[in-house]
Amino acid sequence: MTASLRIVVVYPDLLGTYGDGGNGLVLARRAEWRGHAVTLLQAASDRPLPEADLYCLGGGEDGPQVRAARTLIDDGTLVRRAAEGAVVLAVCAGFQIVGRTFPGAGGEAHEGVGLLDVDTVKSTGPRAVGEVLVEVDADALGPLPTLTGFENHGGATSRADGTAALGHVVAGVGNGAGDGSEGAVGGHIVGTYLHGPVLARNPALADRLLSWALDDVALAPLDDAAPESLRQERLVTVGGKRRRGRQRRT
Amino acid sequence: MRAHLASTTTRVVNATSRRLGRGQGTVAGGRAGLRLDPRLLEHLSAGRQVALVTGTNGKTTTTRLLTVALGATGDAVVSNETGSNMPPGHVAALAGTRARRAVLETDEVYLPRVLTSTAAATVVLLNLSRDQLDRTNEVRMIAGSWRAALAAAPHTHVVANADDPLVAWGAGAARDVHWVGAGLRWQHDAVGCPACEGRIAFVEGGWSCTTCGFARPAPEATLVGAADGTAHAEWADGRTAPVRLSLPGRFNQANALMAAVAAEASGVDALVALAAMEAVQDVAGRFTVRSFGDVRARLMLAKNPAGWDELLDLVAGSDAPLVISINARIADGADPSWLWDVPFERLAGRAVVVTGDRYRDLSVRLHYGGVPHSTEPDPVLAVARAAAGSAAVVEVIGNYTAFHDLLGAPA
Repeated sequence: MTASLRIVVVYPDLLGTYGDGGNGLVLARRAEWRGHAVTLLQAASDRPLPEADLYCLGGGEDGPQVRAARTLIDDGTLVRRAAEGAVVLAVCAGFQIVGRTFPGAGGEAHEGVGLLDVDTVKSTGPRAVGEVLVEVDADALGPLPTLTGFENHGGATSRADGTAALGHVVAGVGNGAGDGSEGAVGGHIVGTYLHGPVLARNPALADRLLSWALDDVALAPLDDAAPESLRQERLVTVGGKRRRGRQRRT
Repeated sequence: MRAHLASTTTRVVNATSRRLGRGQGTVAGGRAGLRLDPRLLEHLSAGRQVALVTGTNGKTTTTRLLTVALGATGDAVVSNETGSNMPPGHVAALAGTRARRAVLETDEVYLPRVLTSTAAATVVLLNLSRDQLDRTNEVRMIAGSWRAALAAAPHTHVVANADDPLVAWGAGAARDVHWVGAGLRWQHDAVGCPACEGRIAFVEGGWSCTTCGFARPAPEATLVGAADGTAHAEWADGRTAPVRLSLPGRFNQANALMAAVAAEASGVDALVALAAMEAVQDVAGRFTVRSFGDVRARLMLAKNPAGWDELLDLVAGSDAPLVISINARIADGADPSWLWDVPFERLAGRAVVVTGDRYRDLSVRLHYGGVPHSTEPDPVLAVARAAAGSAAVVEVIGNYTAFHDLLGAPA
């Protein structure tokens, strides 16, 4: 049984700084390789946001981020489709703007789209830049192998009570709210700071989002030799550095 | 006295470093000199006419073209031609030469402080796009830092690419700007207006913000390309001249026009400058054809999505075997996520071998991009594999350290 799937990359003209447009491509290919018909759209910010089953938001700079949030709120489609069950993957600046509030260039608070009960302020520490390893919290997403990615942000994101984290960092900073958490999950909305793009680095997470969008159909296994080789190399390289770093400090 | 000692130290350390075979001998000495005299760059710049060249892509080539153009006067011109484009490289280039003219390639983040130190007569702003975001963070912050620095330098002539809104913002508060219509193929980083957070709309031959009216300044010189790859420059005052180079690509024609306008701002006729640039064959190894054993390969450098976009276009006409090498060392930026901004899909149908420290990241990118390829971690073996016994010249594109690894590999 195959279904037709619409995937929208949201505002790549504003939220496309860190290669996160690749998440849409990964989802589209993995669905097509399993026989599903896919429409993958790059949705520019000067047009109404198209209807879709799956939305991907990426990272962006402060000014464009503010504009993206305001445009999404005025447009209304993302909020409505999310309420109707559409899947949303929001990365970095995208993660911040699907929350309740986020900081502009001067640190002033801006209203977010409100899909996740998280609030972001400017971090008081140095910018979080580097490789990240995340152990996924099974309560929120079910079991998934360790995630790898690259973070580059200056935010501190705190979750409201009852909003689950995506997981906790075993290397890197993540949400930067002091509890070691990374990302947030609410229903079919996933927010994270991981670039890479995160779905290219973590095929199992891509398939979790796809199965949600396809009403929990069973997904046939794919030839994941290339992404698995990358994932294993990152786990060894980043995990090894972390262990060496820890030994030096003690 | 202190400056003299620091300058001498710079030269001695560099000469020693070169003799010991440790690199090109430009950074160690420069650092030592700057430790002895933190104002060494200011002291070494005094009495010289300094031009700075910055931007995301084309810095090294434009620096070389401008150096050659200014040399057409017969004056001695000094330049940091090894590509060390931060203050240690600048003092290393200037120490021990009396050349009255200097052309310094300058890292885009360092431009404000190098401008202050050198009191440069001319600054060339080429373009700004995403590059090494783990180090430089946001391109808009760089444009803002240029704007503030140039507003505070009223005696500096600025030569700026009018087709790049971020450059136009960076140059826009300067007192004397020579705008050049050099073109901008990669527009993805310039859609958000740097002036007001509105949206920049690009139309044929121009751009403007749909909210605040910030718009493309009228250029005094424009690059006009033809379908057959030839190009000429047109000045608003009616002059025209062919842009003929030994270097390939539309982007190098744009670099040449920027250099020609900068030469004119420095007192050299632009047409004389353009004519002098024809002789430049390769710049710091870019486009060099070299041998690895029996195999010949043309080495090309692309560091970021805008640069890859240009080079993929350049190699698109050929069906020669292709090697792509990717590293993520300090000079490359530690995050290769940008591979997903490069339209590698254009390579479908080519014989591609991927290599470099981060060949796995590239392999995943091509896997999802529908480009069949093979992998070989060792770059020299990858070139041999790509040739597969044929006599074809293998085309090799690498990012910064990947390119230099192959340029310096034993024959």
